[in-house]
Amino acid sequence: MSSKPTEPRSRVVIRFAGDSGDGMQLTGDRFTSDTARLGNDLSTLPNFPAEIRAPAGTLPGVSSFQLHFADHDVLTPGDAPDVLVAMNPAALKANLSDLPRGATIIANTDEFSARNLAKVGYAANPLEDGSLDSWHLHSVALTSITLEALSAYGGLTRKEKERAKNMFALGLLSWMYTRPTEPTEVFLARKFADKPDILAANLAALRAGWNYGETTEDFTSSYAVAAAPMPAGTYRNITGNVALSLGLVAAAHRSGLPLVLGSYPITPASDILHTLAGLKRFGVTTLQAEDEIAGAGIALGASFGGALGVTTTSGPGLALKSETIGLAVSLELPMVIVDVQRGGPSTGLPTKTEQADLLQAMYGRNGESPVAVIAPQTPADCFDAAMDAVRMATVYRTPVIVLSDGYLANGSEPWPVPDVTDLPDLTVEFATEPNGVDAQGNPAFQPYLREPETLARPWAVPGTPGLEHRVGGIEKADVTGEISYDPENHDRMTRLRQAKIDGITVPDLDVDDPTGDARVLVLGWGSTYGPIAAAVRALRAGGAHVARAHLRHLSPMPANLGDVLRAYDAVVVPEMNLGQLAMLLRSRYLVDVQSHTAVRGQPFATTELGAVISQHLEEVST
Amino acid sequence: MSIELGMPRLSKRDFTSDQEVRWCPGCGDYVILAAVQSFLPELGVPKEDVVFVSGIGCSSRFPYYVQTYGMHSIHGRAPAIATGLATSRPDLHVYVVTGDGDALSIGGNHLIHALRRNVNLTILLFNNQIYGLTKGQYSPTSRVGQVTKSSPVGSVDQPFNPVSLALGAEATFVARVMESDRPLMMDILRAAHEHQGTALIEIYQNCPIFNDGAFDLIKDRTQQDARLVRLRAGEAIALGPQEARQVLVRTSQGGLEFVSVEHADPAAVVVHDPTLEDPSLAFALSRLDSPEMTHVPVGIFRSVSHPTYDQGVREQVSHAISTAGGPADDAALQSLLLGGDTWTVG
Repeated sequence: MSSKPTEPRSRVVIRFAGDSGDGMQLTGDRFTSDTARLGNDLSTLPNFPAEIRAPAGTLPGVSSFQLHFADHDVLTPGDAPDVLVAMNPAALKANLSDLPRGATIIANTDEFSARNLAKVGYAANPLEDGSLDSWHLHSVALTSITLEALSAYGGLTRKEKERAKNMFALGLLSWMYTRPTEPTEVFLARKFADKPDILAANLAALRAGWNYGETTEDFTSSYAVAAAPMPAGTYRNITGNVALSLGLVAAAHRSGLPLVLGSYPITPASDILHTLAGLKRFGVTTLQAEDEIAGAGIALGASFGGALGVTTTSGPGLALKSETIGLAVSLELPMVIVDVQRGGPSTGLPTKTEQADLLQAMYGRNGESPVAVIAPQTPADCFDAAMDAVRMATVYRTPVIVLSDGYLANGSEPWPVPDVTDLPDLTVEFATEPNGVDAQGNPAFQPYLREPETLARPWAVPGTPGLEHRVGGIEKADVTGEISYDPENHDRMTRLRQAKIDGITVPDLDVDDPTGDARVLVLGWGSTYGPIAAAVRALRAGGAHVARAHLRHLSPMPANLGDVLRAYDAVVVPEMNLGQLAMLLRSRYLVDVQSHTAVRGQPFATTELGAVISQHLEEVST
Repeated sequence: MSIELGMPRLSKRDFTSDQEVRWCPGCGDYVILAAVQSFLPELGVPKEDVVFVSGIGCSSRFPYYVQTYGMHSIHGRAPAIATGLATSRPDLHVYVVTGDGDALSIGGNHLIHALRRNVNLTILLFNNQIYGLTKGQYSPTSRVGQVTKSSPVGSVDQPFNPVSLALGAEATFVARVMESDRPLMMDILRAAHEHQGTALIEIYQNCPIFNDGAFDLIKDRTQQDARLVRLRAGEAIALGPQEARQVLVRTSQGGLEFVSVEHADPAAVVVHDPTLEDPSLAFALSRLDSPEMTHVPVGIFRSVSHPTYDQGVREQVSHAISTAGGPADDAALQSLLLGGDTWTVG
């Protein structure tokens, strides 16, 4: 433990920023893991360029990882960092505008050379020209101290030694915030098991960083953030993409169906493919398809054969899959499509978040082509959303689109791991017997005879004797499934497909209104949950009466949604698009909701939402 | 798959659905349908274990007329859908029915990837060198200069040779047959069924409405002998009537040419062997072809045994399961959910 005084802190936001090659994501991940173990609640926001290695030292090459941890319930990764670790001038320049005055900057002076300063347009060295006087600046020669600490490691090149500087930074921050380094030591031992020299260097750099905080006079005290009171349970830290993958595997397990994933690599969804590819032991089959269309085709072919067919993608890929999803609507077979949304249109901002695929998910197909749509609201919630998607897909024999996004996919938070036996039972029954009679009165299979309750058609898989039948994208006659061009039949089938989706059981919208007399409702969907809840919490702490609700099911929408919307004087709908949910709500419920939108590739800032909601609170009270 | 004892002998009728066949009168598809329906009972496979997956186009209506499981899917995507089905259901016999537009134009990508992966599928590619269902536009196998509705002064597109394309895409089984050659079609269907991996059968099929007579030169009995090159394993590749017999020889430049029997160096005569691992002879044979149909090889170009994709995928899964001691139970899933790094509150 530190010999210097330790001051308590309630919450801290740290941002690690450096070149894409500096290992900032790993540093952030490790700090997060160590923080989670201490029992703090937390939320993370990785932010990295689409380029794998942009030119070193340039603004486009800056990669950062932000972590918000606290002794209480955390809803967002934090608007503004309390501490910025800037590994080079580009990292400082790219992040300084987010840093409130008075915050702490730890800068790697070794990288502030004339050449590196010039690369990002600094005429003078900001560490020396007084321009950072409003911040608390620690100038640390991170690279040279790391090299010095590793001088005894003759077997390593200078470059290899330099690479350990991120562990020095982690060691220093671990000292500052009284985090244990043992879990990281164990992690490094595993990661570099085959490279003892590199392992020793990293461990030495980690310790050197810690010792630097402990011994230099530059750092006078460390800080402690006590554990947050959290419901009893066993927790792990989890990202949205991993939670979604595990949700799919758990749903397959509880349904008794083998999981077949057809997928084509695309940012930011690829980690789901990577995760599932490693879970063959759970009967998971992953096929990396030749393109997005084939990924969807493979999933649908597998579903036709009685598997749980899943395809994962991001917006551009969803566009390519739309014809196959339309076929799945017509075939009325289960299929789960995961769209991890990113900035658009076209290639857009591959590594940045956005919610602008809502209308594509709802309507982006030819013809009347309704599907179920569900949106997880936090990284850990991706697990439950995936399970619910599988429930809807299998019970109602329909494609279901899961709308995650880049923020949920890469962000992380503690997750109370559920007991497997408490997970919903998703057992599926295939058709095994004829369900009707033909014109001659003989037993016959009618592939489009629906269950009255769910309007789902039977799932009769190839290999079942006596139920041979053909399905296809041409309109089918009600009940018999034969090709039909009859106008009345098409009208009936179109309405039946819509009615089936409208009839999916989804829970009523839950409104959070502690005083019960709020006149303004803030309604969000998807990953805006955290920022909206945090903004509302802050306003309530100031005495405001404001209600909050979050839409999880976008199709069908909860039955009570219209009543909820009409119960308030103003309904504010923040979205990371140009008002797509607002448009749906206005057209469907004739309620003039107030749209607040931003498409900056970043989650909403709590303060920004707070200001918007305050304005509406004032308007209704005047 | 073994024949179950006591399974009733099936007939062509058992594989005929109750749907009215809606191809144009005289369409070559009727002949192919009848051949396939006659062939299926021979397999001794329960009809519920057979699946036809098709794309879009005239030929892709095929599944509706066969009393098995079937899916009429979307344009060009049948190989992808069939890949998902065949990989997850090794007990099924999966056929893809497609046409020249469906397989080689809009679905070209899926076709080549199914072939290179060697998924256990039989692909029946009906090639009529025209778009039929959209009423007569040139297709990727139409010859240069072909006048169609969308090429009123002649197509400038270079056509694909489907057999060359398939061989270039690493296909392990490639064959070609005329729709009207029932005995050869039966032989090829049988061989394709036995083949493990993707079998591509190009079937020349006449469209009487939009491209009638496209294959007359090789259908005509008087011309046939001089043009049709029948590939028979173990036999010298020969052409022409008995009195003017020509045999295929390797030229000194490494190519192939037909020369009269009496001028042929016996050592240079090519004896057909579809099982050669090196696909270059099969490819050279496919290049004998020309739009003028001077020489049209039919039969099995290539039939080699390679590991199949679907089996490889399944083996990885079953290996992972057996290494872990059996299928995942609740405890295994619980441990997956917990991961390696947990902490407990309360």
